[in-house]
Amino acid sequence: MIVASWCTVTPGWYMALAAVLFVIGASGMLLRRNALVMFMSVELMLNAVNLSFVAAGRELNVIEGQVSVFFVMVVAAAEVVVGLAIIVMVFRRRSTASVDELSDLRG
Amino acid sequence: MVEFVLFVIFGIAAIYGGVTMVWARNPVYSAMGLMLTLFSVAVFYVSNAGHFVAAVHVIVYAGAVMTLFLFVIMLIGVDRAEDFSENLPLQRTLSLVLLALFGAAVLVAGRLDWANGPHTTGDPVNGTVEAIGDELFRRWLLPFEMTALLLIIAAAGTVALAHFRRSQEEEEEEAS
Repeated sequence: MIVASWCTVTPGWYMALAAVLFVIGASGMLLRRNALVMFMSVELMLNAVNLSFVAAGRELNVIEGQVSVFFVMVVAAAEVVVGLAIIVMVFRRRSTASVDELSDLRG
Repeated sequence: MVEFVLFVIFGIAAIYGGVTMVWARNPVYSAMGLMLTLFSVAVFYVSNAGHFVAAVHVIVYAGAVMTLFLFVIMLIGVDRAEDFSENLPLQRTLSLVLLALFGAAVLVAGRLDWANGPHTTGDPVNGTVEAIGDELFRRWLLPFEMTALLLIIAAAGTVALAHFRRSQEEEEEEAS
């Protein structure tokens, strides 16, 4: 009986997992200097938020959680296209994908 | 019970993939770690009754986004290991401490009342194509059209980036 209640996965568990994934993504953003890996970290953070949307929608019995995921996915796809194009442009000019090298605007 | 086993297995897989993504020296390994995480997230969508969202997620991320990432990694030739040098003093320790605090705060906030509010009475969510399309094309029609505009702007912007770069190169060649 105790095991059965403990084994029930509540939406709070998904929220906690989403929080952990978001923090991992943020750590990639802060710790890495490779522009591509930083972009992947942004994707991971967006996905963590998507997971919490779906879990909350199931908890509250509304479909809007999944509709929001749809919109977030579209924005993420558009962002990847433009961002990767910019990274390729920068690489062709500088031959590096490290954000440490891009300090032209330093005063 | 099935959901619990799935949650444990794919939760560990998702966290392992995320940590691999951050820690791998080679960007290709980072992409592989992210793929593992994205697949696990798709499984969680299914166990949260989001079948259509899970299918779209796999198609968009595994089919388009990660392919684009791997393509760019190969294109710009960074499939070699990089060194983890850090130019900013205190950046690593400070960011890790702040991230730990942030994670703890989010976890605590998830336990509060506003996140675990009273259940609205209604039918359980069933994320079929019909249910999502019904909502999307009635209440969210205008935002949906806006996403079409956004995608066109993104595509046009990418083409413009490639085009302007080429004309600039030609000018530089003529000047030299």
